[in-house]
Amino acid sequence: MELYGIYVLWLRDLKRYIRARSRIIGSLGMPIFFLAFLGIGFRRAQIPSLPENLSYIDFLAPGIVSMVVLFTGTFSGVSIVWDRQFGFLREIMVSPLSRTTISLGRTIGGATTAIIQGTLMLFVSFLVGFRPALDGLIYSMFFMVLIAISFTGLGIAISTLMEDIHGFQLVINFFLFPLFFLSGALFPISELPPFLRSLTYLNPLTYGVDGMRWSLVRFSEFSPLVDLSVLFVFSVFVILLSTFMFERTEVG
Amino acid sequence: MKIVMRGEELQPVAIRVENLSKDFGSLRAVNSVSFEVVSGEVFGLLGPNGAGKTTLIKMLCTLLKPTSGKAEIAGFDIVKNPSEVRKNIGIVFQEPTLDVELTAKENLDFHGRLYGMDGKKRNERIKEVLKLVGLEDRADELVKKFSGGMQRRLEIARGFMHFPKVLFLDEPTLGLDVQTRRKIWEYIDKVRKEEDITIILTTHYIEEAENLCDRVAIIDHGNIIALDTVERLKNRVGEDSIEIVTEGDVSDFIELMKSANLRVVRTEEGLMVSAGEAERLIPQIFSLANKNGIVIKSVSLKKSSLEDVFILLTGRKIREESSSGALHVMRARRMGR
Ligand SMILES: Nc1ncnc2c1ncn2[C@@H]1O[C@H](COP(=O)(O)OP(=O)(O)OP(=O)(O)O)[C@@H](O)[C@H]1O
Ligand SMILES: [Mg+2]
Repeated sequence: MELYGIYVLWLRDLKRYIRARSRIIGSLGMPIFFLAFLGIGFRRAQIPSLPENLSYIDFLAPGIVSMVVLFTGTFSGVSIVWDRQFGFLREIMVSPLSRTTISLGRTIGGATTAIIQGTLMLFVSFLVGFRPALDGLIYSMFFMVLIAISFTGLGIAISTLMEDIHGFQLVINFFLFPLFFLSGALFPISELPPFLRSLTYLNPLTYGVDGMRWSLVRFSEFSPLVDLSVLFVFSVFVILLSTFMFERTEVG
Repeated sequence: MKIVMRGEELQPVAIRVENLSKDFGSLRAVNSVSFEVVSGEVFGLLGPNGAGKTTLIKMLCTLLKPTSGKAEIAGFDIVKNPSEVRKNIGIVFQEPTLDVELTAKENLDFHGRLYGMDGKKRNERIKEVLKLVGLEDRADELVKKFSGGMQRRLEIARGFMHFPKVLFLDEPTLGLDVQTRRKIWEYIDKVRKEEDITIILTTHYIEEAENLCDRVAIIDHGNIIALDTVERLKNRVGEDSIEIVTEGDVSDFIELMKSANLRVVRTEEGLMVSAGEAERLIPQIFSLANKNGIVIKSVSLKKSSLEDVFILLTGRKIREESSSGALHVMRARRMGR
């Protein structure tokens, strides 16, 4: 029953995702421009901590794919606030599904759309000249799944603290962008001064980006096992946190 | 399920509420409310804005925790056993709760799945409930293209789709125009006849309570101030009356009516007949007048309504803007809680 409940919520998320075609494309717009213009602009730049044979586009693309997963995941987690605002959350909350099921269903549904978006971005990046290791596509999947689950869950946890959708800009500007810029997605973290660098160590996305990069272009600043473990522990923590927080919300 | 005596028959109790209260900070929204609703009944909660109707409903459907008191739905305690309660109820909230990005059918399909209905049963039931609310040819349209009334009908259909024992309707026709409102009443009436269901509905439309409910609890400032059948509540303020003015002297007419067993008195301008559902007497009165060559100049009917009951009990009208309750029609905008 509970597993079935998760499936039902997942199905709804997917249906809505597929239906919103313009949103799918629209939300890829910014990352595509990031990739294209940063990639072109810095194509001849010398970054000391990068190996000679690694082009900037190869360095950047895994970071941009991570960005897409981060943003889509967090958005779909936070979108519970929309459901609350438009009342639909109540339809779910008075059904026999437990709060845990609801929160897990949303996490998995949101994570799935984030993974699909990330994969789309990966394909798009081929067009800009990104040439990843083919077997690495499989490894990158593991990292994408973990990033997606972590940040969708975190989005849900954040949504329980939000009164209405007006807090959304705040989340984007003061949560998502700092996470993104301090993750090593755009430049190696070893380029950062010590203070900022230590911040990036606290950022779970850093390990996601690093893992993605290891998978796709075999360059990483940590060991991929470290990346995988940190991200795994973090995603478990987030699932527990979001379920706990969701359980305590009253829909009224 | 517990059995209670009501009238001659033994009927199971669908809802039992005992001293239920809810505080929001220092505000007591629902104050020690008690009542019972029998299986198959349509029970109304009538009260002005802010009376506590929605709060009461939300407690009963396990969305809010009561501050004190207890309640049972279909034999299950709302605090100790919320998940069993949820399996046995359907709700139409005051505010819309449809997913407007999905079609009517998808909304119902999702609902059926939430309540664990299997595929075959779900599809049959979707057709059935859509037909019942007259939306069978809109099944595959996106809900955002529906009018307010259609959305409301869809929500009602969804509310009873999973065969709940108790259906809650919180202001089912708030903000809808007159025709749509009447349509929805017809559908609610159909649901109660065709489904094995108990309905509890809140409203601040007098006419709605009078039309749909077997019994009505009048609620004000969180208190139930009266609870009875519609007829008996109305009897508290007296019966309907018909005022008639005729050409010439009315004495003969009064005598004629008396011999026809009508209760009639002389007034300054003419005469006045009192009765339960007085409008039913008008044809009789006219034919009596015709047969005896009496010319009626004017007739006016004054219905007693639950509004009068509310005024009697509180000194206020349920809706300040509304004038003569039953005959008055108003177009309220869709408002928040
Ligand atoms: N979540 C809440 N927090 C604080 N006060 C609330 C809350 N919900 C309702 N109230 C207050 O409780 C009282 C009863 O509100 P409720 O919504 O139950 O009234 P109602 O009878 O449904 O009114 P309406 O006809 O307008 O729907 C009101 O004074 C309202 O302001
Ligand atoms: Mg209300």
